[in-house]
Amino acid sequence: MIQHVNVKVFAEPAEGVDHNAAMAVFQRWIRESACEELLIDVVDYHHVPAGPGTVLVGHEANYSLDNGGNRLGLLYNRKAPIEASAEQNVAQALRAALGACRRLEDAPEFAGRLRFGPAHEIEIIVNDRALAPNTDDAFVSLKPAIESALVTVYGHACFALERLGDARERLRIGVQVGK
Amino acid sequence: MKASNGLWRERLVGAMHPELAQEIDVFENELALRKRGKLEEALIAETRLRRGVYGQRYDNGQRHDGRATRQLAYPEDKPTKGPQTLWDAPGMQRIKIPFGGLMARQLEILAELAEEYSDGIAHVTTRQDFQLHFVHIEDTPSLMRRLAAVGITTREACGNTVRNVTACPVAGVCRTQIFDVTPYAKALAYFLMGHPDTQSFGRKFKISFSGCCEESCGLAHMHDFGAIAVEREVDGKRKRGFELWVGGGLGAVPQLARLFTEFLPEEELLPVAQAMARVFARLGEKKNRNTARLKFLVAKLGIDEFRRLVMEERASLPYDQRWTEYLEHVERAEEPRLKPPSLLQIEGAAAGEFTRWAATNVYPQRQRGYSTVTVALPLGDITSDQLRALADIARGFIEDTIRTTVEQNMVLRWVSDGDLPEVHAALQAAGLATPGAGTILDVAACPGTDTCKLGIASSRGLAAELRTRLAARAWQLDEAVQNLRIKISGCFNSCGQHHVADLGFYGVSRKKGEYVVPHFQVVLGGQWTGNAASYGLAVGAVPSKRVPEVVDRITGRYVRERTRGESFQAFIARIGKAECRRTLEDLMEVPPHDADPSFYSDWGDSREFTIGDLGAGECAGAVVPPVEFQLAACEREVFEAQLKLEQGAIETAAAQAYESMLHGAAALLRHKEVAFGGSPDEIVGTFRVELVETRLFWDRFRGGALSNYFFKAHENAGRVHTEEAAHQLIEEAQLFIEACHACYVGMAAVGVS
Repeated sequence: MIQHVNVKVFAEPAEGVDHNAAMAVFQRWIRESACEELLIDVVDYHHVPAGPGTVLVGHEANYSLDNGGNRLGLLYNRKAPIEASAEQNVAQALRAALGACRRLEDAPEFAGRLRFGPAHEIEIIVNDRALAPNTDDAFVSLKPAIESALVTVYGHACFALERLGDARERLRIGVQVGK
Repeated sequence: MKASNGLWRERLVGAMHPELAQEIDVFENELALRKRGKLEEALIAETRLRRGVYGQRYDNGQRHDGRATRQLAYPEDKPTKGPQTLWDAPGMQRIKIPFGGLMARQLEILAELAEEYSDGIAHVTTRQDFQLHFVHIEDTPSLMRRLAAVGITTREACGNTVRNVTACPVAGVCRTQIFDVTPYAKALAYFLMGHPDTQSFGRKFKISFSGCCEESCGLAHMHDFGAIAVEREVDGKRKRGFELWVGGGLGAVPQLARLFTEFLPEEELLPVAQAMARVFARLGEKKNRNTARLKFLVAKLGIDEFRRLVMEERASLPYDQRWTEYLEHVERAEEPRLKPPSLLQIEGAAAGEFTRWAATNVYPQRQRGYSTVTVALPLGDITSDQLRALADIARGFIEDTIRTTVEQNMVLRWVSDGDLPEVHAALQAAGLATPGAGTILDVAACPGTDTCKLGIASSRGLAAELRTRLAARAWQLDEAVQNLRIKISGCFNSCGQHHVADLGFYGVSRKKGEYVVPHFQVVLGGQWTGNAASYGLAVGAVPSKRVPEVVDRITGRYVRERTRGESFQAFIARIGKAECRRTLEDLMEVPPHDADPSFYSDWGDSREFTIGDLGAGECAGAVVPPVEFQLAACEREVFEAQLKLEQGAIETAAAQAYESMLHGAAALLRHKEVAFGGSPDEIVGTFRVELVETRLFWDRFRGGALSNYFFKAHENAGRVHTEEAAHQLIEEAQLFIEACHACYVGMAAVGVS
């Protein structure tokens, strides 16, 4: 069963999106219990090039304004297992990530400078090499569940999926989401 | 927490050394027993520490969100994993890397673990370890198995054990070494790991190796057991051995190591270390952890008696063939090198950038045609992608000759000189070609308030800020300033090694009206070179937000006023600490909250600053309470005591340090509105009853230990002090006054004012 699904939603390129704003937003989310997960703390890695950026650490999941690969985006990292099908787990992570994107876009700390856009690019990562290595076989076997989850969440079937990275990396699937 | 934990258990059967596999099985069973309520809380705490599984900030289930302390609602059906430590609260995993030695495959596994169990960052520590943060305890056996499968253990990474054995990262390729200490460090690390004689210490035991006396690499003088390579002519032959220094340490009461012997023959290294472990286990303090490090035992016995006891123990040890069997191959041991030596040729547009990087990050080895490259890691942090990139670079240009450093960096040894531009380009592509290794830009910091339970102020936040500011004008900095070291600790425990930096800082707090303000004590003039030859002393506390100005002002003054060839330490000694304090005095002021609220938050944290559960608003009004003035006066008295000591007035210095403690205690009693007589006996007695026994003078982690410094000073009042004893008394007075500040804050929190 596929667990620990991560989703990264890439942001549109923008000036003036800084880590201090992300820090303030995530601290407020903790105060307001803004997510369904138990939120614990905020960690700042903006000093690391192409790093995790600003991480909101939770018990069941982390949210981060991630700069991995030098591309800014919202990363949802599911840590706690969920007793559900692969499709349901992917859909859960997608919904959580997209919900966080909307909240970040609306956050006054970013003053409208952080946008994720209606037509966007996402990555789906299975953060567990034992459950899903980065191989063609694992990709092929997971692809139908991902496609179903995308249809469930987005309400249409306009996607292009591609396996990314080398075998040492986690199973990482690039998704181009059509309008 | 991870769904795959069972899979790793099955998959890695046979892939690990049987002893490591059994060790991890035992640990996993202990976790299971604790979950069923069949293992005591204290026992699970100690057992996990001995596997490097450490607590982390907020693991008691409470966190101040900037406005109020809130409970973190973890699932309630779990046991604790130690006193006030919730099972589900994330923790830190420390990973031991003896002498910092690593292989490419190990980097790849560390990358996997950082991604799957942590937050995507692996952190290099000031003891050449790695640390992963935010790890769930139930994932640690899988994590350990995956490490064990590539020959890495977390065994005895924390707890009252022999900690990671550190060594000079250029040992074997160093131009000033007497000989390569690597095989000795490795042999001793694995000999003592799990050894029955190292299992009942009262505190940790730290070992380091240096290849020479002059450089800083091994930091021998701040270790329990610091070995420096030496050779001696014996019967007409050159014989290898070690100059051995013992009983050094940083922490709250820093102590320089004492010379145990000028020449310990190589074959005696392991048995003497074993004998010392036995003596430490037998005679070291066990009940009071604050006086349980070896340095206290050496001070108590005196170095001569300590030496006698160790050598007596050595003579009684039963023979162990491991003491010497590794020596057969030591002198012939050579590291593998992938490429033949070559000459460096640079041309083209990238030459300027390369040259700038090479000036600080490339070390020409003693072997012609080869260099060691330092990969400077910001605050010791490296991402999983970067670890994989580094593994690729290592495979392309060197054999498995990678090491971590105590300056929280990594080095690639045996790079053929002709490959340097290509290595630079590959590092650049991975975001790993930051220049400035070993310079003022290369700020070291402990985790501080980011993740450490003991952190008072944000050492990493400050370090990141200083790096950013200094890097922006790196090439305008005067040459005299460029090679200074900045080291930052989040509290007085010194994990950031602030005592041995030119400019050291450690986190403290101060009360300003109804608020608590993050501060750093400024420690100037420590010596990194000469194996950490001397420690700096505190000059005064400045608000966190003014530390960058402190750096600019002190370094600016050094550039302007130094004499020809004068080192920073010599400059600080010449102008004196009083003058240093005068230089910084205006920076010690805190503006009112409504004038500049930024002073009331720490670096890298948008929350209003707090220690513990203190909320704003208990102490009303803008009037400064008398206790704050009185505690400030006590600080000044300690400072003046230090100056007296420097002038050679030992007894005056000791008396003044003791009086500062009396005044601090009296200030707190007055603040509590307790009636007491004016004699020292009456102050001490009332203090004990009203503040210690009521646990108002109480540290969450150290209990009432800091009050013992006061009681001891009172008992010793009027006796003759040696210079060393006076020095120690001043250090203890400084800590006691810090504790008075904390007590005052705590009294406000519980409504005593």
